[in-house]
Amino acid sequence: MRAAVIVFPGSNCDRDMAVALKATGADVSMVWHKDAALPDGVDLVAIPGGFSFGDYLRCGAIAARSPICKAVVDHAGRGGYVLGVCNGFQVLTETGLLPGALMRNAGLKFICKTVMLKVETSDCAFTEGYNAGDTPRFPVAHHDGNYTVDDATLNVLRAEDRIAFTYCDNPNGSVADIAGILSQNRRVLGMMPHPERAVDAGHGGTDGQALFRGLLGQLAQA
Amino acid sequence: MKARVHVMLKNGVLDPQGEAVRHALGTLGFEGVEAVRQGKVIELDLADGTSEATIGEMCEKLLANTVIESYRVEVL
Repeated sequence: MRAAVIVFPGSNCDRDMAVALKATGADVSMVWHKDAALPDGVDLVAIPGGFSFGDYLRCGAIAARSPICKAVVDHAGRGGYVLGVCNGFQVLTETGLLPGALMRNAGLKFICKTVMLKVETSDCAFTEGYNAGDTPRFPVAHHDGNYTVDDATLNVLRAEDRIAFTYCDNPNGSVADIAGILSQNRRVLGMMPHPERAVDAGHGGTDGQALFRGLLGQLAQA
Repeated sequence: MKARVHVMLKNGVLDPQGEAVRHALGTLGFEGVEAVRQGKVIELDLADGTSEATIGEMCEKLLANTVIESYRVEVL
């Protein structure tokens, strides 16, 4: 599998993401935000966590209008896989690849801790390494993780089984405890918690490995 | 020419920051503050003749996230 990790000024989980992907066997390229094209043959684009462009205007807003993001939207349009974590999730909602928006945490505080999630569906490449109902533990580290979406779109997400992860104990006020959602073709996942920070025993847990293994297994077959 | 863009959260979208400001006003002894909504003001210096439609496009494409925010353009 060939993966590209997008790097914006202010990204700070880009190397963690690259390490997690490499550890699973992916061939990883780092791609700067000013590039207008992805490397040839990329199967997966990963948009990492951080504070791209200092969170100016809105989290992810400036990054979503950068030259590389046009290429990412085209990649998704061709049926390519995209994983956005934390700031990456915010960027994906700002590009319109995923519905809704991430607002300031309901409690107004930056939250940095490990949380228990519930896998809501195992029907996608990202979560096929889990069983629905599993409760992996991933770190969260965000100030704007309060997922907001209108009722009509929430009903669509539910009806189409596109809620990938929910929080067992909602830390940020997200609608319906949502921690991560899928696109309609199930190939774009945005999530606030950090699976790439839970892949090594040194991280304090390895519950994220199944996500990367599942993804790699699915893409190896393609 | 100059234009001023007012960006506000849409009605019905919870505004935790506005709510915190409301609490703080109460703490300072201001009574009867029933609601606070916090938004942004963006001032644009533009080439003369820039149309309101173009400014609207700027709002739609970048300045506001219309999923959660509404905007109002004021040409000065």
